Amino acid sequence: MDDVLPLSRIIDHFEDRVTVDETVSDMPCVVVGPDDLVALCTFLRDDDLLQFNFMADICGVDFYPDSPRFQLVYHLYSIPFGWRIRIKCLLADPPLAPTITDIWTTANWHEREAYDMYGIVFEGHPDLRRIYMWEEFEGWPMRKDFPLRGYKDAYNPFGDEKKDQGDAS
Amino acid sequence: MGILTNRFQDNIFFASVDNVINWSRKSSLWPETFGIACCAIEMISAGCARYDLDRFGVVFRPSPRQSDVMIIAGTVTKKMAPIVRRLYDQMPEPRYVIAMGTCAISGGVYNTYAVVQGSDLIVPVDIHVAGCPPRPEALLHGFVLLQEKIMKERVLRAEPNTKIEETVDHG
Repeated sequence: MDDVLPLSRIIDHFEDRVTVDETVSDMPCVVVGPDDLVALCTFLRDDDLLQFNFMADICGVDFYPDSPRFQLVYHLYSIPFGWRIRIKCLLADPPLAPTITDIWTTANWHEREAYDMYGIVFEGHPDLRRIYMWEEFEGWPMRKDFPLRGYKDAYNPFGDEKKDQGDAS
Repeated sequence: MGILTNRFQDNIFFASVDNVINWSRKSSLWPETFGIACCAIEMISAGCARYDLDRFGVVFRPSPRQSDVMIIAGTVTKKMAPIVRRLYDQMPEPRYVIAMGTCAISGGVYNTYAVVQGSDLIVPVDIHVAGCPPRPEALLHGFVLLQEKIMKERVLRAEPNTKIEETVDHG
């Protein structure tokens, strides 16, 4: 249990497709592209010396106006070893990511949350619907170009005037 | 009351009848067992033994169809708004609404895309109980104010300065 997470094992396995994020100090953190995300997650779960069998959280990040604009942050926990790891995955705009619901079923609702708040589309997700907002809601409220007070309507007289948005899909 | 509402002269007989009707209404205000957010905890506390809303005749009912009062206890999100409205619509008249807490009054600190900026935008509110959350005493005070308001209502008597229609059809 006191052993340190063997990061080199992951790096060796994926070679240059996975890099270590040295700016993070609280837990080991790796950066991966969306193409290798599923392979990395499968490896982390199935490898006998890692056994990351618990997916704790998925977060979305919006770096607007930077490019690439979006990022997904995955937090994993290895119950047998007591290790945590963070995976960062940068996405372009419009954001498209592979689903990891086949690896950890609990990712279903986490991915729906990221879809609901950031409009990140998860390819292969079995049920990609909004989870917090109602079905008719328009826009992605956690994006930086979404007004904090939302758009003006009958229930929200203090909101911003709705402007024409070409990329509001 | 329906057809009899506001149809009669403002004399001592109908004033007394109104008084009795209003007294009966104010003495058995039955709120819905309906809480949305943290204010509901204070509402529950007000209903339990320590603050004991029962002594005002305020007894929580599990169905809107048996209730007179809706206490909007908490943040009304836009997703919740149609449900609040439906609960209000299901209540029989006369019905009253208490907006409990800053969120229900004005949206409070949640001046955001997801929160209704004041439950008056959904249902007509009679009493606003300020606080975040209001203490149970404040809710008690809200009920007392509501009772005072009910006692001032005109049930059978016509409103002042209105013409009484003499069109009762005797067959």
